[in-house]
Amino acid sequence: MMGGTALMAWSVALPLIGAVLSLLVGRAGVRLVAGVASVATLIASSLVAWEVSTQGVLRQQLGGWGAPLGIEWRADGLAALMLLTIAVVGPLISVHALDHLGDREDREFLPLWLFIWCALNALVLSADAFNLYVTLELTTLGAVSLIVVRRDLPGLDAGLRYLLFALPGSLCYLLGIAFLYGAYATLDVGMLAQRVQSGPVTWVAAGLVTVGLCLKTPLFPLHVWLPPTYTGAPTPVTALLSALISKGSFYVLLRLWLEVFAPVLDAEVGQLLGLLGAVAVLWGSVLALSQTQLKRVVAYSSVAQIGYMFLVFPMATSGARAGVIYLVVSHAAAKASMFVAVGNIHQAVGITELGGVQGLAYRMPFTFLAMALGGISLIGIPPSGGFIAKWLLLNESIGTQQWWWALVLLGGSLLAAAYVFRILRGSFLPLPPGVTVRSIPLGNELAPLALALIALLLGLVPWFPLDLLAVGASR
Amino acid sequence: MMNTWLPLSVLLSSLLPGLIIFLLAEEQRRTRTVLNLLAAVTKLLLTAVMAWGVFQGRQYETRLPFFPKADLVLRADSFSLLFITLSAVLWFVTTIYAVGYLEGTDHRSRFFGFFSLCVASTMGIALAGNLLTFFLFYEMLTLSTYPLVIHRGTPEALRAGNVYLRYTLSGATLLLAGVVLLYSLTGSVEFTERGALGAVASHRTELVVAFVLLIAGLGVKTALVPLHGWLPVAMVAPAPVSALLHAVAVVKAGAFGITRIIYDVYGVYLVHDLGVMQPLAIVAAITILYGSVRALQQGDLKKRLAYSTVSQVAYIVLGVSLFGTVSTIGGLVHLVHQGVMKITLFFCAGNFAEELHVHRVSELRGVGRRMPLTTGAFTIAALGMIGIPPIAGFISKWYLGIGALEAHQPWMVVVLLTSSLLNAGYFLPIVYSAWFQAPREEWKPSTRGWEIGLLLLLPTVATAVLSLAAGLFAGAELSPLGWTRLITEREFRP
Repeated sequence: MMGGTALMAWSVALPLIGAVLSLLVGRAGVRLVAGVASVATLIASSLVAWEVSTQGVLRQQLGGWGAPLGIEWRADGLAALMLLTIAVVGPLISVHALDHLGDREDREFLPLWLFIWCALNALVLSADAFNLYVTLELTTLGAVSLIVVRRDLPGLDAGLRYLLFALPGSLCYLLGIAFLYGAYATLDVGMLAQRVQSGPVTWVAAGLVTVGLCLKTPLFPLHVWLPPTYTGAPTPVTALLSALISKGSFYVLLRLWLEVFAPVLDAEVGQLLGLLGAVAVLWGSVLALSQTQLKRVVAYSSVAQIGYMFLVFPMATSGARAGVIYLVVSHAAAKASMFVAVGNIHQAVGITELGGVQGLAYRMPFTFLAMALGGISLIGIPPSGGFIAKWLLLNESIGTQQWWWALVLLGGSLLAAAYVFRILRGSFLPLPPGVTVRSIPLGNELAPLALALIALLLGLVPWFPLDLLAVGASR
Repeated sequence: MMNTWLPLSVLLSSLLPGLIIFLLAEEQRRTRTVLNLLAAVTKLLLTAVMAWGVFQGRQYETRLPFFPKADLVLRADSFSLLFITLSAVLWFVTTIYAVGYLEGTDHRSRFFGFFSLCVASTMGIALAGNLLTFFLFYEMLTLSTYPLVIHRGTPEALRAGNVYLRYTLSGATLLLAGVVLLYSLTGSVEFTERGALGAVASHRTELVVAFVLLIAGLGVKTALVPLHGWLPVAMVAPAPVSALLHAVAVVKAGAFGITRIIYDVYGVYLVHDLGVMQPLAIVAAITILYGSVRALQQGDLKKRLAYSTVSQVAYIVLGVSLFGTVSTIGGLVHLVHQGVMKITLFFCAGNFAEELHVHRVSELRGVGRRMPLTTGAFTIAALGMIGIPPIAGFISKWYLGIGALEAHQPWMVVVLLTSSLLNAGYFLPIVYSAWFQAPREEWKPSTRGWEIGLLLLLPTVATAVLSLAAGLFAGAELSPLGWTRLITEREFRP
């Protein structure tokens, strides 16, 4: 059997090989190549997760050079869980993309997605701040290309908006790690954690890194690009952006904060991030409630859900870490299923308003079920991954005596319930007269359902991801 | 002796058929009905086996890993069995009734699918062995009843659904806050005889706050005033749903939960010691009176029954929140008695509406001659609600009254008597005019052999007979009263 370290390399190399090959083969072969590459990467990622859960943290020094000269890749439980999430959620979204986009886009979507997959896997495994920057940039570039894949005006507008915020974000981040390198002469995350000290340089570096990553994720009030971008991009791309790509920058922030910055910063900074997260929860939910376009409701819901994720910073305990990662994973599945379901509705009835769901429960039962299960996870009602995340975070907020975050969590759930059921309740109405439902391919109906079932499953067997997460957790 | 698979199979016996039913096409009427009945009978048998075992002192527990430190626990104790038996029996009759009632309407697969999920959730609530498991199923109940409430798909039904969700989800939020508070205090809250919080009894403030949150959360489904607003609105649901909502599933889940909290989480001594028992009893008393007064004002039959439920379910809460064994017996036995009587009343209301299109109380004049069996069932159940012997309701009220005296709270007896008078005030005129006034002329005699289809008639008569039997044979060991004595004997005796 292959060693765990080689598997890590394969999980990054396979999607890259797939991306290149699928560009080379003609139109007929692209789906086949992408399919094989996806399955192979899924297997490699699962094996990494298996190795991590049985052997503990995996390390690999690229090219045989150790830190601080070389670059280290490291797979702990968190990284393994992210690999798995990407490997399961991403392909399901791309299944949906196949029949949703046109023929040409199809040929461009798959290689681009495989390329992003490669970049995201490398990001997840990197233990080096500059390597993280590179992978983050690669992800951004791939994302922009995907957003404009249709070459239509809304798509171009969406892509440009994304770029306008993502580029300064990258620059801030780069500047931040330049400060860190200047002060501590290393970019290895583990070494930084040992060497970093409280002081103006660290504060500035932490500030730049945080702002940069908050621009990309995005955190309120830097979220203004999100709703138009998510609405303008083709739906499968929106699903990827929301489910996986935005999680990439959050992942970097989570790692650097919990492992490097948290011990040397004042607690107030964490409280500030938490506060912005709390405002994002309220602001995103209230705006989601006032939207008339289906896709915008789901998009604003992302603003709110990202807000929850920032509640980890004021609590900064291992329980809160587990809770927030659980949220990241279940949100990836649930939100992807929502967006894909929205895409199905648009494709089938051609309506983009909330009214498009009328009669949905009868005509497209799988899509409806996906929407319902995904929505339940967003609200955080059991059984769903969203509930487990909420439960863990609630416990931590009481346990750390910061009960005000509990209020945010509970109030946010009620608001989420309001906008989710605002969508769902129309689906029981009879189909409006004059609307015809075009049949859509079965794969498109099943993809969101599979995603939603993952969100459900996360709520039924939480011990598995939680055990995995505990591997190599710093505290 | 421990049996590990039985609790899970009781749960699955309605969960799995529910999931299969969703997949059935609308036309597969026969398959659906067979599946429904098969599941209901299976559940009855499993319940009987388990009840017998528990009676003999056996233990049944299913433990599934959930969190690293907290399991999902399904455990059958005598109190679970009380609720499970009630649900299994009433589910069986309601299934038959619903098959008849929904004959020829749309979306029956969806209806029976959610119907089964709803019962599965109720089973989960009854069997939950710790607070977390309880909460999971309590939420599942909300989600599976919502589609039933809005089943008709009319704007009115959708509005009712909104109100229902607003109340229940807000309640769930409070409940969750209380649950989390207790978990953060103790790490795990298993339902334990005489209380699970002994070790943290010194955290008085937290315990009181958690208690208030838990009771307020559960109080929504229990329809305690002022959290009862959803119940009368939810009346737009089809009759079998109302029947189930009022008799078994929703309101009872709340009352059951309150009982669990008082006896198996806090322990009755701790609740008494924290000084929160009396306020709860007062809320229950206010609810009893308020519900009865409002019922008196309703002209719509189903609305009147709904407010009557508000009042009657509060009897259960009153019983368990008085400090003493006798009142506890009274409260618990009313959980069953009210269920059987109220389901009869809703079946009757459904029959009147279905056969004669009668919805208002004033239109029931002379209905006794046109539909004697249904009216007879209505009469038995109504008299039982008032508390007239030998019907089941009398037993409950008798124990509650004695219990109030035993707990040195004679004012509660006044509340009970006043409420009984009000009950008589809103039920007796219906009974009188149904039997003794001339029927309306436009009612044609039934073309069938019976006053209404047998699928609707038999369940109605059966539950009426049960209400009578529960009162007549209250002395038997396996009657509801006998079983509640067993429960208090084994688990709740302070």
